[in-house]
Amino acid sequence: MLTILFDGIAYGMLLFVLACGLAVTLGLMNFVNLAHGAFAMAGGYVTAVLMNRSGVPFLATLPLAFIIPAILGLVLERTLYKRLYTRSHLDQVLFSIGLVFMAVAAVDYSFGSQQQLIQLPVWLQGRIDVMGVQVGLYRSFIIVICGALVVALQLILTKTRFGSRLRAAVDDPRVARGLGINVSLIFAATFAFGSGLAGLGGALGAEILGLDPTFPLKFMIYFLIVVTVGGTTSITGPFLASLILGIADVAGKYYVPSVGAFVIYTLMIVVLVLRPQGLFERAR
Amino acid sequence: MRRRTFLSAVGAAAVTLALGGAALAQETVKIGLILPMTGPFASTGRQIEAAAKLYMQQKGDTVAGKTIQLIVKDDTGVADVTKRLAQELIVNDKIAVMAGFGLTPLALAPAPLATQAKVPQVVMAAATATITEASPFIVRTSFTLPQATVPMADWASQNGIKKVVTLVSDYGPGIDAEKAFTGAFTGKGGQVENLRVPLANPDFSPFLQKVADAKPDALFVFVPSGIGAQFMKQFVERGLDKSGVKLIGPGDVTDDDILNGMGDVALGAITTQHYSAAHDSPENKAFVEAFKKANPNMRPNFMAVGGYDGMHLIYEGLKKTNGQGGQALIDAMKGLSWTSPRGPVSIDPQTRDIVQNIYVRKVERKDGELYNVEFATIPNVKDPVKAAKAN
Repeated sequence: MLTILFDGIAYGMLLFVLACGLAVTLGLMNFVNLAHGAFAMAGGYVTAVLMNRSGVPFLATLPLAFIIPAILGLVLERTLYKRLYTRSHLDQVLFSIGLVFMAVAAVDYSFGSQQQLIQLPVWLQGRIDVMGVQVGLYRSFIIVICGALVVALQLILTKTRFGSRLRAAVDDPRVARGLGINVSLIFAATFAFGSGLAGLGGALGAEILGLDPTFPLKFMIYFLIVVTVGGTTSITGPFLASLILGIADVAGKYYVPSVGAFVIYTLMIVVLVLRPQGLFERAR
Repeated sequence: MRRRTFLSAVGAAAVTLALGGAALAQETVKIGLILPMTGPFASTGRQIEAAAKLYMQQKGDTVAGKTIQLIVKDDTGVADVTKRLAQELIVNDKIAVMAGFGLTPLALAPAPLATQAKVPQVVMAAATATITEASPFIVRTSFTLPQATVPMADWASQNGIKKVVTLVSDYGPGIDAEKAFTGAFTGKGGQVENLRVPLANPDFSPFLQKVADAKPDALFVFVPSGIGAQFMKQFVERGLDKSGVKLIGPGDVTDDDILNGMGDVALGAITTQHYSAAHDSPENKAFVEAFKKANPNMRPNFMAVGGYDGMHLIYEGLKKTNGQGGQALIDAMKGLSWTSPRGPVSIDPQTRDIVQNIYVRKVERKDGELYNVEFATIPNVKDPVKAAKAN
């Protein structure tokens, strides 16, 4: 029972790191970025390629799995995304889904369509017994990293000057600009940071979720569920939504394996019927 | 003068070309190879294409005085595309044989065309038992899933395994494997519990926890080979290997193509299948060596051997018919037998399906790489589904 809970939390944490960048762009910047998964995939491939071809240790690849997608995100934001902020949501969807297909094809062409496998260091493999509960080491590692990220993100957003500027820029870009806040710089930085987080999530998830060129398409639906259920105005909303979905998914598959795959979709429908604005968003 | 010479030379050349072209058209036998070369099943296509080209490179492109031309088409793993490509190849290119077919739906889609046009269809990969019944022109050189699975049940019951949990991906071949294993194993007095996993399943942990709680002697698993690695890792992560649960299944999980990348987690998995790159025979050694030489960084798997033998079957059939296609060719293919890299094989004249040895293998480290090492052989296995129907 507790093992299931533990696995669910680890899975939820992973979903959160993957999806929180999307929550930021979609919720804070009001931009529908379906290509979010492509950045996650980029992070995963950075880790896989560095480990398998250059023999870099797993932990050392993680910062790069953050930085490279972040730079990629920054470049794309400056060159492409920027032009679409003011366009309709349909344009944004079409643009970003096109980007997804290009990413899928590009990765397929350069790395092949097979699963990328990574070898975890020995100290992250296996599991230990903590007070009668079987706990996987790698999943504990994910929980620790993601937990730290959540706290850091929340603090940045609520306590720092950058956080308040970002919130101001989102609430009313014109007034923010009038107050001397460099809105486009803040958006670019936020976008890059969100992409970097996705990359980190992709790298951490390669072991559990698998990694192949169709990754952005396969997990797009999960990201969107997290964001819709969680609401998009804060970090805590998507975070709690990820945890609930992770636990519900794992527990559902454990207790009722025959319908396990549908549990999270059912949950999403129920939540959206009761609270169309998302679980944790204040009603408008 | 000079101009006249030039003109006559050109004229002569044109005549030669025209004659040569006509002669060439008569003497060419075209083989349409339809494979998923892109998309999620591209590894199947790449393996088969590499093996087919290797065969032609080794045996030359002339059979019974005719030139063999291989036309490779990519169906991207979509059945509608397979059918359209098959039609184009038959009508426009006038192919004598179509071959390839990476998945069951892709093999079934062009079956009516094979019947209508009387074009033999050589299935080199797809493994659902019923495929050869879809047209009298279908012949298979891969394997059928029940053919590889039923021997696993026999082996398990003979080796002290009494309680098994099956875990399969919830799609056609997975359910085939589950049924074949459950039927054969309960028939021998074993106890089976079935679990099905959604095909698009990111995380196996809840299912594996369920297995851990059931405490079986063995876990029978069939998942598409790509996610097999994911599965293996989580199996070990959960400590199931240490708690004495044996991992068994048909060989798709320990596919030679990706086995080495799985790492030590795959060690000790016991599978039954018709081909391992580590099969100990001079034919196989030569095949693996030539394959690796022609395709660096690739190891032939069971798909490759299906493609290689498929080409062999076409070559031998054409030799017997002196280059004739159609009904004559399919009749010539029936009953052929030869020594393949996988061991002795033959084409069952009644079902047009392959009869071959099934090997019980264990994943071991050999020369620094992971291989399925064969330790027991069940000779001349026919497809159990069609064998049961015949009786």
